[in-house]
Amino acid sequence: MLTDTINKTARRIPAWLLYVLLALPAGWFLYLGLTGGLGAEPIKSLEHELGEFALKLLIVGLCITPLRKHLGVNLLKFRRAIGVMTFVYVFLHLLVWLVLDVQIVSQIWADIVKRPYITVGMVGFVLMIPLAFTSNNYSVRKLGVRWRKLHKLTYGIAFLGALHFVMVAKGIQLEPLMYMAVVLVLLALRIPKNSLKFTERFTRESVDK
Amino acid sequence: MAYRWKNVLKDSDVTDHSVFLNRRQLMAGAAGLGLAAAIGGPRAALAQEALELNSFEDITSYNNFYEFGTGKDDPVKNAGKLTTTPWTVTIDGLVDKPGEYDFADIMSKMTIEERIYRFRCVEAWSMVVPWNGFELKDLLDLAGVQSAAKYVAFETLYRPEEMVGQKFSTLQWPYVEGLRLDEAMHPLTMMATGIYGKDIPNQNGAPMRLVVPWKYGFKSIKSVVKITLTDKEPPTSWNIANSREYGFFSNVNPEVDHKRWSQATERKIGGGLFAKRIPTLMLNGYEEDVASLYEGMDMSVNF
Repeated sequence: MLTDTINKTARRIPAWLLYVLLALPAGWFLYLGLTGGLGAEPIKSLEHELGEFALKLLIVGLCITPLRKHLGVNLLKFRRAIGVMTFVYVFLHLLVWLVLDVQIVSQIWADIVKRPYITVGMVGFVLMIPLAFTSNNYSVRKLGVRWRKLHKLTYGIAFLGALHFVMVAKGIQLEPLMYMAVVLVLLALRIPKNSLKFTERFTRESVDK
Repeated sequence: MAYRWKNVLKDSDVTDHSVFLNRRQLMAGAAGLGLAAAIGGPRAALAQEALELNSFEDITSYNNFYEFGTGKDDPVKNAGKLTTTPWTVTIDGLVDKPGEYDFADIMSKMTIEERIYRFRCVEAWSMVVPWNGFELKDLLDLAGVQSAAKYVAFETLYRPEEMVGQKFSTLQWPYVEGLRLDEAMHPLTMMATGIYGKDIPNQNGAPMRLVVPWKYGFKSIKSVVKITLTDKEPPTSWNIANSREYGFFSNVNPEVDHKRWSQATERKIGGGLFAKRIPTLMLNGYEEDVASLYEGMDMSVNF
């Protein structure tokens, strides 16, 4: 019932609308930063808001397949918009770090190489680039099976994103650990059923004997 | 004894408020300014700019006080619940008169003076704060420090029903800190009880907190309830949490990086979205005052 309503509504909403809606928070954060709404230190705040929003979008993107598979909710048409906007937010997060936060070119490179949490974040960003550039119908057609394989990189990217957040925290903080837990659960849902069934059968057989 | 620490500029009655403020700014960083002036040029200009006082609003709304949450604005939101009266400080260990010292009694015995200090957080941001308070030495003298004492250990209040952050083990509670005795007795080291002439707000460590201006901010332990004189180096909270990243001394040092970020530069709070980074000064600009405490020590080993 509810599933049908959601699916029917989703069919009526054009995917382009999602691009517009998801762009709004970035504008809002920037407006807040310029008008004092992000507190006494708006640079770190803006950087953090953009990064956290990107992580949220990553998680939403990872929910699409399990929602369809386990609950029959089909939001597949929005997946590309979510993925592309995730890339946009990660890029903005990186841009704020480069231009407003670190500012000094030599220090930027030193940070990328020397600081593991930045290395992890940077690797995640670099892995997103080919995905962003192949998020179009032409690439899907052209790459065929390879497109699906390539876009499985999302799993690694999500893990790196959550790890980046865990690593940047001082002390043991709940928020980044919660993001990590959610990402791990969503990744666990991807473990092929076959491998689970195999274990099950194996266990049953052992018990029978 | 108050007014032990004197700067190159002498105290005098200045009635004109703007002149007064200007003079206070100069006093704040006499050491740093001297250094900057010696180098000359844009660095001097930067140092000068860095001496402008942060607003009361900035100082009291952007805080690290994990007992009230890990967000910078958590302390200002959550610290209102904390009751600070009555307040007693236990002073024990190697002292002649161990016991519970009532905060009001302490205040009646101390002369409160204003000290404008640079404040440098280990996270590479900084402020300039007009503190009110007294030298830690004066408080320790009340209890009578015995000659066997070599270190001072401090402890923050543990009261999870009023300090929501303590319900989660971000750090081991209660928060503890420590100083070597010579650091504790140094005239720059103070117990702050006010900011801008007002009682220190809860989120800044009411009713009484340590301020050690040449060390990273986390050394300046807040809402102190216990001070113990000891002959052994006391454990410190951030060192317990991560000894690779946080040493016992934690002196501000632009040449010794934090494991996860550079300490060469800092951003002064209050500059908005386009604030430029400024160079971090050795010992936070108090090199002339305190470098002698660390003579012969390798600061990259004893970080």
